[in-house]
Amino acid sequence: MSRIGVFVCHCGLNIAKTVRVSELAQFASTLPDVVVAKDYKFMCSTPGQEMIANDIREHRLDRVIVTACSPLMHEQTFRKVLAASGLNQYLLTIVNIREQVSWVTHDLDEGTAKAKALLNGAVSRSRLLMPLTSRVIDVNPDVMVLGGGIAGIQAALELANTGRKVYLVEKNSTIGGHMAQFDKTFPTLDCSACILTPKMDSVLQHKNIQLMTSCEVSEVKGFVGNFDITIRQKARYVDHNKCNACLACTEKCPGKSVSEWDEGLVKRKAIYIPFPQAVPQKPVIDREACTFFKKGKCRLCEKVCEQKAIDFGEQDTFSTVKVGAVIVATGYDLMDTRDLIQYGYGKYPGVYNALEVERLFNSAGPTSGKVTLRDGSEPKAIAILHCIGSRDKNSHEHCSRVCCMYSLKFAHLFKEKTSADVYQFYIDIRAAGKGYEEFYNRIIEEDVKFIRGKVARVAKSVDEPDRLIVEAEDTITGKFIKLPVDMVVLSPAMIPRSNAKDVARLFNLSTDKQGFFMERHPKLAPLSTMSEGVFIAGVCQSPKDIPDTVAQANGAAAEALTIVVKDKLELEATTVMVNPASCCACQNCVRVCPYGAPFFNEPKGVSEINEALCKGCGLCASVCPSSAIIARHFTNEQVLAEMEGLMEF
Amino acid sequence: MSFEPKILGIACNWCTYTGADLAGTTRLQYPQNIRVVRVMCSSRINPSFIFRAFQLGADGVLVGGCHPGDCHYNTGNLYARRRLAVTKKILEFAGLEPGRFRVEWISASEGNKFAQVVTEFTGQIKALGPQTKFKIS
Ligand SMILES: Cc1cc2nc3c(=O)[nH]c(=O)nc-3n(C[C@H](O)[C@H](O)[C@H](O)COP(=O)(O)OP(=O)(O)OC[C@H]3O[C@@H](n4cnc5c(N)ncnc54)[C@H](O)[C@@H]3O)c2cc1C
Ligand code: SF4
Ligand code: SF4
Ligand code: FES
Repeated sequence: MSRIGVFVCHCGLNIAKTVRVSELAQFASTLPDVVVAKDYKFMCSTPGQEMIANDIREHRLDRVIVTACSPLMHEQTFRKVLAASGLNQYLLTIVNIREQVSWVTHDLDEGTAKAKALLNGAVSRSRLLMPLTSRVIDVNPDVMVLGGGIAGIQAALELANTGRKVYLVEKNSTIGGHMAQFDKTFPTLDCSACILTPKMDSVLQHKNIQLMTSCEVSEVKGFVGNFDITIRQKARYVDHNKCNACLACTEKCPGKSVSEWDEGLVKRKAIYIPFPQAVPQKPVIDREACTFFKKGKCRLCEKVCEQKAIDFGEQDTFSTVKVGAVIVATGYDLMDTRDLIQYGYGKYPGVYNALEVERLFNSAGPTSGKVTLRDGSEPKAIAILHCIGSRDKNSHEHCSRVCCMYSLKFAHLFKEKTSADVYQFYIDIRAAGKGYEEFYNRIIEEDVKFIRGKVARVAKSVDEPDRLIVEAEDTITGKFIKLPVDMVVLSPAMIPRSNAKDVARLFNLSTDKQGFFMERHPKLAPLSTMSEGVFIAGVCQSPKDIPDTVAQANGAAAEALTIVVKDKLELEATTVMVNPASCCACQNCVRVCPYGAPFFNEPKGVSEINEALCKGCGLCASVCPSSAIIARHFTNEQVLAEMEGLMEF
Repeated sequence: MSFEPKILGIACNWCTYTGADLAGTTRLQYPQNIRVVRVMCSSRINPSFIFRAFQLGADGVLVGGCHPGDCHYNTGNLYARRRLAVTKKILEFAGLEPGRFRVEWISASEGNKFAQVVTEFTGQIKALGPQTKFKIS
């Protein structure tokens, strides 16, 4: 026997207009176990809430049914009323007679009849409800940030400044990400290194940040508040505790490989630091390029190193860190434009991609900031091609958002550094950021030629074999253009990192159509993910500029903080449990759960649920052939009882 | 009196139930024959719920979930899709008229789709008349 109280809300006339509310309350009082039934103008108002609270006490209610607006609206409000009155909050049932009854009909009879059926269903389910308690767990106060681009750097610094310990994990031997490759940044044209290098140094100096370069995550266990993350420290063959960064080794090294940092435009040594301001300023050996590793002879670096820091026997090592929250900021790659053969990238030396050009502008780059072609000559005409592989249904449908702007930046820098004619081939100019339209107007003034039309092909010139011909239709004049140039710059689509799938798998993230990490909600939860306690920031979520990346990083840091700032965390109470007596050990549940919550307990021979991981979807409960899984708050009995009640009227 | 069917709806919390709420918020009108049970995800729906609904005298059953790929729990509705397709086959094999059981993917922003599907489905069930095949009286 339960003692149920039913509270019918008028919601002003919102409900009362098409549902006879007092008749509904009267009807409720005839239902079994209902000891009190009332209707009231505004149940969610303070007097309404007080009325419920009083009746809980006066009538010793053990179940409450509020017949009002959608549970999505006020379930939390009324749960609090129960809790404050000493009743378990899960003993509340909401009957939605506004959104799903009074607002979708004009007919008073129909509305009242449907409301009765819904209420009857709720009463029969209500009796079977069980009090639930959320489990409370301890929260680890530390945070891991994955990826040391500007997003990761910013997030790590913000968190470290609040006194949190931060592990910043970067796969490369330096932090900095793409921003460290640039010379100037739009729209202000401030020097990238000048604003980034101090931040990189702060990361290194910060007492709360443990910087882990040449590191990758190999396993993630646990859940929000308590992640156990295994990190692989890749062998560097240089003991960074001993190394004093004299870099004598890098001078003597005969081994060579293409410099990733300079986008392959030049070579670097086998023992190297990627660029002069790298953080940390300590070299690593590239095993693939090292003469000793290849031929068994050399060891020149070892000989010159006074610190005895070189260690050819070094192995990858594994360590585990424990954190309460994670921020993923793994950034982007540019698409491989060799796949778009019509643009001749990789075939004609005069065709460059955008990051290569960034390196040409950079005073620390391969040409010391001079814009020269691969043969050392200065280009006389340069064409910048927008939307290469972006906004293209055959390649990547998305707009990469920053290409218009950096293409304008390139035009300015070309004008500054060369006397070349500069042409922009664009579909639309998208300059929708603070100061962006102004920047665009400024570039127009700088004698840059804008041609609206997507380039169809880049070909070798027949008349002048060293030059290229850019072929496009000018969609403003309708004319077909064949423009001879010396240099073609492709602005390729920004795409997810090649390792994004692995990261998604490790942290249980979803990816969107393009492969970028998916946010929990596109508008209201853009930084959190479906994986509780894991947040995303920067271009790994979608293409964006540095200001937006930094804003996201700050936001993600704040979100991570809201978790680790508490020492205890309340877990979802509406999880599932296995009745071991019925479990037939088929392990269906283990296979289907999107969150890896069920696991097979070998010694006991039954499946169990890690409740901290369970999100309560109930999928496992409906694949369990022996009905061993009980989905709390949505048990088979509860759902069936509601259905029975609904079908009675 | 004309035949007023009883229709059971089972909707996932995150998409279809929210979509049904939106139909209300935007004051769309649809027949009142449907009564919706809320579950967290369409994947929670055990085929036995459907069988039971018809035993209880439902003239039609409409299941609603997020669009495949959009499930709040990532893959939940992909399982639901397969399981409910089999459920439909079994029901029809056992003699149920094909039109009485329907699965629809209705997102939280598709209030109009919810209203439209319910209207259409109700009309269809009315045309089929009372369901007597499984009903236990
Ligand atoms: C040619 C070009 C020019 C641009 N110019 C400008 C400009 O002038 N102004 C502007 O505002 N924006 C500009 N942008 C945009 C800018 O590059 C991005 O907004 C910014 O770099 C994004 O930073 P991020 O940290 O998200 O990603 P990234 O810079 O890509 O950094 C990601 C970091 O994560 C690391 N990482 C990746 N995977 C892993 C892993 N699995 N484990 C550990 N570490 C990992 C990477 O090594 C890298 O260090 C430009 C973009 C391009 C392509
Ligand atoms: S699906 Fe059910 S029976 Fe199978 S292992 Fe899981 S709990 Fe046990
Ligand atoms: S209810 Fe959903 S999240 Fe919880 S264990 Fe079952 S399948 Fe996994
Ligand atoms: S949450 Fe809607 S179908 Fe899974």
